[in-house]
Amino acid sequence: MEIVLIGLSHHTATVELRERVAFSAEQARQAADQLRSGGIFEETLVLSTCNRSELYGVPAELSGDSAGAVERFLASFHRLEPAELGKSLYRYRDHHAVRHLFRVAAGLDSMLLGEAEILGQVREAYRAALDHGATGPVLNRMFQGALEVGKRVRNETEIGTRPVSVAFAGVKLAEQIFGRLVGQRALILGAGATSEQVVAHLRDRGLTKLRVLNRSADHAQELAGRFGGEAGKWEDLPNALAWPTLIVTSVSSPEPAISREMLERAMAARSNRALLVMDLGVPRNVAPDAASLYNVYLYNIDDLTGIVEQNRKAREAEVPRAESLVEEHVEKFMHWQAGVEVGAVLADLRTRLAAEREAFLRERLAAMPHLSEPDRAQFAQMLEDLLNRVILQPAEKLRGVPELRRKIQNLEALRDLFRLDQEKP
Amino acid sequence: MTSPYVLATLVLYAASLTFYVWILRSSAAHRAGLGLAATVCLAGGLVLHYLTLLERSRHIHAVPYDDLFGSLSLFAWLLAATYLGLEFIHRQRSVGAFVLPLVLGVFVLAHAHAPGPLRQAPASGVLFAFHVTLNILAYAAFATSFVMSVIYLIQNRRLRGHNLSASAWRFPALEVLERMSRSSVLVGCISLAAGVTMGLIWAHRLWGRYWDGDPKVIITLLILAAYIGYEWLARTAAWRGARAAALCVVNFLFVIFSYSIVNLYISRFHRYF
Repeated sequence: MEIVLIGLSHHTATVELRERVAFSAEQARQAADQLRSGGIFEETLVLSTCNRSELYGVPAELSGDSAGAVERFLASFHRLEPAELGKSLYRYRDHHAVRHLFRVAAGLDSMLLGEAEILGQVREAYRAALDHGATGPVLNRMFQGALEVGKRVRNETEIGTRPVSVAFAGVKLAEQIFGRLVGQRALILGAGATSEQVVAHLRDRGLTKLRVLNRSADHAQELAGRFGGEAGKWEDLPNALAWPTLIVTSVSSPEPAISREMLERAMAARSNRALLVMDLGVPRNVAPDAASLYNVYLYNIDDLTGIVEQNRKAREAEVPRAESLVEEHVEKFMHWQAGVEVGAVLADLRTRLAAEREAFLRERLAAMPHLSEPDRAQFAQMLEDLLNRVILQPAEKLRGVPELRRKIQNLEALRDLFRLDQEKP
Repeated sequence: MTSPYVLATLVLYAASLTFYVWILRSSAAHRAGLGLAATVCLAGGLVLHYLTLLERSRHIHAVPYDDLFGSLSLFAWLLAATYLGLEFIHRQRSVGAFVLPLVLGVFVLAHAHAPGPLRQAPASGVLFAFHVTLNILAYAAFATSFVMSVIYLIQNRRLRGHNLSASAWRFPALEVLERMSRSSVLVGCISLAAGVTMGLIWAHRLWGRYWDGDPKVIITLLILAAYIGYEWLARTAAWRGARAAALCVVNFLFVIFSYSIVNLYISRFHRYF
């Protein structure tokens, strides 16, 4: 049994190339059909995300150059020059392919270490291929293993727990102060990519009371419409500060838009209830000395980046634990595979011995014409019983070997001694 | 530790603590299961601990109060019970890891030595039992609020200083800690007020007068006033947040003073409660 993986990812290919090699759901089905009908793979699965395109398969023929065939297929499918594509591809076989998939599912191969989205994408790709009937026992087992590893790594390590994006870190901070965000109020000043991400996270967590202020009233209306909040007037800023429990600001202004005095008055108006201010503007939108105000939690972009950096290091520290979980499951898969192979090798051995028995009987019984038909049948049966008895103990022993390496060595020896590979039809 | 109940209680409290600590370190997916295990162990510990206390009560025909052993054991039990109530109300298990060491510590302190000889308690009766139990319940509730306030101050310092270590992300939110602290102080104030009132009525029945001039009563009333002050100040603009938490910590120092120095050296009638 052999598993082949051909693919490219953000590690090996530019975004332009990744875009050209990406598969839509429909294309993934087509590719799977063509790979199987073309006799390249017996089982196949296409995993395509914005950061990677990978073809997994179990080749129809063991000795053939399946990897080369897949590369040629990939190039022609996406109308690319094989040479152009070849430089960016990685090729893995058997346990290397299994390990790669398990690392991918665990988020260890992701651009953002430990991100959770990839596990959902692997699950989706597997479900689609399964529904389409493109997978078989090997890939089913392999992808179920991958989903299990992904889940365990997420549950048993801290690789995905601490926020590693500025926007998410800001929202987690809000939760550290206020607890649940349902019912909290957010004031958004100006607009920027990061503050939009913050708003998206806030909405995900149930925060619905949003107010948007912008120097341009039209822009404020437009943003409020997009965020699903209400628009306010920029002139009302000093009064508006008393309303929210958290403020996200990214205004481009050379002077701080919010002075310490403004915040001080706002805090008095809100009876010093805790206020989180995320200042994402550069230069800063909030006077730095406002940080010392009682119950004000002021974070500027550098503070948030600092937290993200700390968390990224913490995630990296979790990598060895995640890798050891991956290894554990690769080992488990190999055990399963070796178990399956014992069955396959023994079946081959039985076929081989049956053929030998037939030849032996033909040769010996030709010299004994005096034997009756029942005697001949009995003789043949005795021979078969003997062979079965001879094979029984080694077969049991072969199945019972716990060490994977020894098991594989034994199987290789068996194939070699009885020349089983050559006998395969 | 003669009673098998004591050993079993100890094991259950320790298991509960282990699970609560584990919650802080585990991922979201495992937290529900671990949390349930922690709560079940704590509840089991409470039941067995109750049986321990009951056994002793039967022998002395009163609430276990008249020696340090009984009083501390009752305190540990009420502390665990208060925490369990708070956990139920606030649906928050992440502070269990900080309250349980206190429960376990006091329980071990109470049961580390063989209990003193059992003797008939000098005072007994339902009213008296409530007086003792409610007062110790108040101390337990104040101890819980102390723990919440200390965590609040630590966490607040980290958040304002932008210094969030790995564990900081596992702690409960500041506002949750504040609410838990306030509600346990509320429980403490109500039970202390009720406990003192019952004590006064009991004194009146015994001696025909409400006031016996014991300094313990004065100190207790001062503590009650201090905590009512906290409840009020924690809702005002000037004190809301860290200042109120600091006040709560200071107030608890008075409780410790009352429970130790006043009980042992100053009070005439209140020995261990």
